Amino acid sequence: MIRTDKSKCLRCAGCVGVCPKSALTLTEHGIVCNENCNDCGICINFCPVGAIKPKER
Amino acid sequence: MDIPKEVDVLVVGMGPGGSGAAKKAAELGLSVLGVEKRAEIGAPKRCGEAVSRHGMIERIGIEPKGPWLIQEVHGAVVYSPDGRHVRIDYDGPEGWIVERKLFDKHLAALAARTGARIMAKTEAKNFRRVEGGIKATLESEGITHDVKARIVIAADGVESKVARELGVNTTARLIDICAGAQFEMANVKPNENMIEFFFGNGIAPGGYCWIFPKGEGMVNVGIGVRRPWAKKPAIEYLKEFVRSRPELRDGSILEVNSGGVPVGGFLKDNVDDNLMIVGDAAHQVNPIHGGGIPEAYMAGRIAAEVAAEAVKANDFSKKFLKRYDEIWMKQRGNRLKKILKLREVMESMSDDDLNWLINYLQGQDLVDISRSSGFTRFAKILMKRPKLIKLARKLI
Repeated sequence: MIRTDKSKCLRCAGCVGVCPKSALTLTEHGIVCNENCNDCGICINFCPVGAIKPKER
Repeated sequence: MDIPKEVDVLVVGMGPGGSGAAKKAAELGLSVLGVEKRAEIGAPKRCGEAVSRHGMIERIGIEPKGPWLIQEVHGAVVYSPDGRHVRIDYDGPEGWIVERKLFDKHLAALAARTGARIMAKTEAKNFRRVEGGIKATLESEGITHDVKARIVIAADGVESKVARELGVNTTARLIDICAGAQFEMANVKPNENMIEFFFGNGIAPGGYCWIFPKGEGMVNVGIGVRRPWAKKPAIEYLKEFVRSRPELRDGSILEVNSGGVPVGGFLKDNVDDNLMIVGDAAHQVNPIHGGGIPEAYMAGRIAAEVAAEAVKANDFSKKFLKRYDEIWMKQRGNRLKKILKLREVMESMSDDDLNWLINYLQGQDLVDISRSSGFTRFAKILMKRPKLIKLARKLI
């Protein structure tokens, strides 16, 4: 699972497009990650503004 | 106004691809509902806002006139990693900088004026296949409403949720997606009427930086980078770039944007039963410069034409809609695939190679080279450098 730093996230939703598990959604409250996440880290590597970090389970 | 319960075409996403589709579909007599989940069509923008003459006139097919058109582009300056540059000057405007927030709205307005119903701040969710079409639930200002469409045109951008919800895998591979960041800046001294590109593995690994003039001392300055070449977030490279440029250093940042640009990895199928995918959602982007406005608009138009044929034939099967893929591939996709090859060659070049190339191009007829449609000419240039011969052969 991931968490986003709201002070950095610009809500571009590029991470949604690279997520192979379709686990991410852009909502009114920013990026939301669901249980399909397998911690592959692709969104973290992609994020243009460095807003995504792994969430400790 | 009541929201329709049934339409021929539901367009999801009102960027250029969605508007291109909605306008054409309405023009051909179909009932069209176009929804945009964001509160404002065209915002936030996620691009450099440049459209080539060819893209504007041929692919979008509108007259370059209106408040959305803010700067003529008369040429380009391309910088090598060591700071050398070549300048291409055209006789007249070879393209324009548009104000995306106005431009996208203008395209949506054209669609609305043609008869399409457009709704901003309306999210389409929960797509499910039903007898004779696809049903979606619209959420708009607290109201939920079911709509059934014979055809859904998914123009929902890089997120591409619609296609994936309906079982088409549109996920972009990390290597095929540019991470972009962009500032709108004021109080800078740009090269008026010229767009500028900056290459280098230290400056913008796997991509480039740009400075596009917006008039009155304003610019759109941005970057696209890609993993695995890039080692940190795009915006960090962009900040470094801005600090390194004397004409930008003292400017003020008025707007910050980011985005993902799918630059390659075209999909095998942009269609399924009752479904067509257009624009960024289908990775229909020029793989070398990342421009997708005319690509999306044109793809949307083709999809709408096929939708009209489908309605006429009362056949919404994947097999029938595949026609959209075929036409797009013939008119545009094959060309973009070639451009992808060119990019793969360019990304294999070291900074030394790029320096050599820019140095060589100084003194060549660049207008002529830039307008030649084949890559043989470019390949021949690369072959003048022995270590690039093998690479150049890939272009022939």
